[in-house]
Amino acid sequence: MLTQMIPEIGHYALVIALLLAAVQAVMPLAGAATRRPLWMAYARPMAAGQLLFVAIAYACLTTSYLLDDFSVANVANNSNSMLPWYYKASAVWGNHEGSVLLWSLMLAGWGYFAARFSRELPRDMVARVIGVLGLVCVGFLAFVLITSNPFERLLPNMPQDGADLNPLLQDFGLIVHPPMLYMGYVGFSVVFAFAIAALLGGRLDAAWTRWARPWTNLAWAFLTVGIALGSWWAYYELGWGGWWFWDPVENASLLPWLTGTALIHSLAVTEKRGAFKSWTVLLAISTFSLSLLGTFLVRSGVLTSVHAFANDPSRGFFILVLLGITVGLSLLLFALRAPRVSHQVGFTWLSRDALLLINNIVLVIMTVTVLMGTVYPLLLDALDLGKISVGPPYFNALFVPLTVIMCVFMGLGPLSRWKRMNGRELWRRLGGAAVAAVLIGAVAPLLYGGEWNAWVAIGLVAALWVVLPMLRDLYDKARGAPSWLAGLRRLSLAYWGMQLGHLGVAVTIVGVAVVSNYNIERNVRMGPGDSVQVAGYTFTMTELTSRRGANFLADRAVIEVQRDGSRRSFTMNPEKRLYIARGMPMTQVALRPGFFRDLYVAMGEDLDDGSWAMRVQFKPFVRWLWLGALLMAAGGILAVADKRYRRLATARDPEARGDAKPREAAA
Amino acid sequence: MKRRLLLLLPLAGFLVLSVFLYQGLSLNPFHRDSALMARDFPEFDLATLEDAERRVDRSLLTTGEVTLVNVWGEWCPECKREMPQLLDLAERGVRLVGISYKDTREKGLGFLEEFGDPFEINIFDPDGELAFELGVYGAPETFLVDADGVIRYHHTGYIAPGEVREKILPEVEKWR
Repeated sequence: MLTQMIPEIGHYALVIALLLAAVQAVMPLAGAATRRPLWMAYARPMAAGQLLFVAIAYACLTTSYLLDDFSVANVANNSNSMLPWYYKASAVWGNHEGSVLLWSLMLAGWGYFAARFSRELPRDMVARVIGVLGLVCVGFLAFVLITSNPFERLLPNMPQDGADLNPLLQDFGLIVHPPMLYMGYVGFSVVFAFAIAALLGGRLDAAWTRWARPWTNLAWAFLTVGIALGSWWAYYELGWGGWWFWDPVENASLLPWLTGTALIHSLAVTEKRGAFKSWTVLLAISTFSLSLLGTFLVRSGVLTSVHAFANDPSRGFFILVLLGITVGLSLLLFALRAPRVSHQVGFTWLSRDALLLINNIVLVIMTVTVLMGTVYPLLLDALDLGKISVGPPYFNALFVPLTVIMCVFMGLGPLSRWKRMNGRELWRRLGGAAVAAVLIGAVAPLLYGGEWNAWVAIGLVAALWVVLPMLRDLYDKARGAPSWLAGLRRLSLAYWGMQLGHLGVAVTIVGVAVVSNYNIERNVRMGPGDSVQVAGYTFTMTELTSRRGANFLADRAVIEVQRDGSRRSFTMNPEKRLYIARGMPMTQVALRPGFFRDLYVAMGEDLDDGSWAMRVQFKPFVRWLWLGALLMAAGGILAVADKRYRRLATARDPEARGDAKPREAAA
Repeated sequence: MKRRLLLLLPLAGFLVLSVFLYQGLSLNPFHRDSALMARDFPEFDLATLEDAERRVDRSLLTTGEVTLVNVWGEWCPECKREMPQLLDLAERGVRLVGISYKDTREKGLGFLEEFGDPFEINIFDPDGELAFELGVYGAPETFLVDADGVIRYHHTGYIAPGEVREKILPEVEKWR
C-alpha cells in the first residue's frame, strides 16, 4: 500500500535532499575557487532539486498527520484523531522534529529564490552565495536526519490514538506565528551567504550590499511580523494579559531582530557611501549567527523557558557543533579577509553617516544587553556561582533608556544629509518639531483621566519626536513640487518604506508606554449575579454554563458588560477548558478588542461555593504594540518593492529625492 | 597587524561563549531535578488502581526497601515502549510502584493487562494531584525512592533498553 509507505518516502526524500545539498555546497564553491564555469553551473539545478525533495519530505509528514498515521512517533506524540484538520497540518511544526523540517524547507526555499532572482549577478558571486547556502542546508538536513528524524516509527506497538497536540498550541497562533518567525530567521541566511561570498571572493565593495538589501529587508519584515504574532498570541492565550515576558526564547528572537535592524541601516551606508564595509559584513554574520544561537538555546534545553521543546542533550550538542562550525569559520574568515585598511570616507559628526553609526552602536548595545541577560544564568551556573534567573526588571532598566536614546537619533536621522550637515539648518527644520513633541507629549497624559505619568510622557515625547520631523520632511518635499500630490508621488517606495517603518516604531512605543502604565487589573471572586467595576465598565456575571467542543469540555461564564453612562451592553464569554486526551486544563480568555483599549476577562480557578476567581483587565492602547510592528514590516516590504532593485545591478541611479533612506527601529 | 588582531575579537568572543554553552549542555538539562533531589517523597492519600476501596499513603514508600516509582498513562505511547524494561527490572528483584496518571480506571487496568504488570501496586491519580506535587510534566517519569522515602534519583522520559543496566540498576544498588 502506497499510503503505508508515505513516512519512508519522506525519509528517503530527505536523504536525497541532503545529498543534493552536499553537491550544491561543494561544486559551486570549488568551481568559483578554480574558475570552472561547468562546476559553478551546478548551483541553480541543485538548489531547485533540493527544494523539491525537502518539499516532498515535508508533504509526506503533513500527509501522515492528516491521515492519523499513529505508527509515526512524531504524529502519535503530537496529534490525535479528534484534532481538527488545520491543527493537524500545523501540529507538524508544533514539535521539535517537524519544526526543524519546516526550517529546512524554508532554507531550501530561500536558497532557491536567491538562485532564481540573481540572474544579473556575476557568475562566481552566484556560485559562492548558493554554495554557502548549500553548506548551511547540509548542516540542517544532517541535523534532522541524525538527531531529529520526524519519520521514526512506533512499531509493532502502535498506539490506538495520539497523545494530542498540546492544548496551548491548539490555536490560530500556532498556524501563523512559527512559520513567520522561521521565515525571518532563515531569511537572514541569504544576506549571510552574500557576506561570506563577498569575503571569499575578496570583493568587499558596495555591490554585494546592493544585492543583499532586498533579501535582508524581506527577512527582517518576516521576523518583525513573527515576533509580533508571538507577542499577540501570548497575550490572549496564556491568560494573564502580558505581551512580553523577557523569556529566553522571546529574547532569542529579539536578538537577530536588533542586529538585523542595525544591518538594514548599515547596508544602506555601505551601499550609498562605501563606508562601514567590515562592520556591515560583521553584522550580516552576527545576525544569522544569533538566529542559530536562538535555535540552540530553544532546543538544547540549556535554559528553562515556557517554550518547552523535548530537550535532548545530544541534539544540543549537535547544534552547538553546527553553530561552532558556521559561526566560528565565518568569524575566522572575517578576521582574515576583512579589509585591512579601513577605507576612510570623510564625514563630520553632524551627518547622516554619523547618526547611522550612532544608531548602530545603540542597537548593538541593546543586543549585548539582551544577550547578557539571557545567558547570564547559564554563565553563573557554569561557573558554579548558583542558579538565578534574570527578570524583567533588569531588561526594562536597560532597554527602556536605550530605546529613548535611539529615538533621539531617529528623529534627527531622516532629515540629515550625508557627509556633513549645517547645524543651524538642522535646527531650523527641526526646532519646531522638538518643541511640539515636548509640549504635546508632556500634556497629553493629563488628558487621559488627569493621571499624569512620567513614563507615559517620555514615551509620547519620544514617539512624537520620531514622527513630527518626518512630517516636516514630507512637507518640505511636497512644497517644492508643482502640486502636493505630484511632490508626494515623486518620492520613491523606499522612502515611503522608511517613513512607514519609523512610524511603526513610534506607534509601538506609544502602545508600550501607555499599556505598561495605565493598565488596570482586578482579581475578583464572581458568581452568577455578581458584578465588578473596572475603568468605567461594569462586568456582571449573568450565568455559568458548560459546553462541549470538538476535543474539550468547557466551563463557560457569561459576562454582561456595560459602559457607564451608556445603555448598550455586550457579552463576553471566558472559558476554562479541559482537553480530554491530555486531561489538561486551559484558560480561554474573552477579549473585547478596540483601537484605544482592550477589555480582557479570564477565568482563574473555581472556588468551592460555585463562584470563580476572575481576572478582569482594562488594557489601553495595547493594540498599538502590534499595529506598530505591522507598520514596520509593511515599511520593509515597500522598500523591497522599490523599482531600483529591479534594475540592472550595474546601473547607478541618480540621487533621487529622499531615495532609499534606511529605516531605523527600536522595540 | 594591530587592526588584524582587532578583527579577531568577534571570533574570540564567540569562542568564549561557546565554551559556556558547551558547559551548560553537559551541566543539567533538567534544572528541576535539584528541587526534588534528597527531599522526602510528598505526602499523599489516594486509592489504588486495582481496588477503589483501598487507600494508600506515603507509608507505602517507607517500608525499608528501595523503590522505583514510575508515572505512566494509557494515553502515553512512550510508556508502552517502556514496559519491557520495567518488567525486566521487576524480574531482577527491584520493587516497582506505579502511578496511574490522568487515566480512567478501566483504561489503566486494560493497559496492564495488555502490556504486563511489573508493579507491586499502582497509585490511582486521575487528576494528577500527586504528579503535580512531584513536578511531573509528562509521562513516563521515574523516581528512585530510598528505604526512608527520600527521592534519590529522577529519570525524565522513557527508560531505554540500554539504560536499565547503565543507569537504573547502578542507582538502585547505590541506595540499597
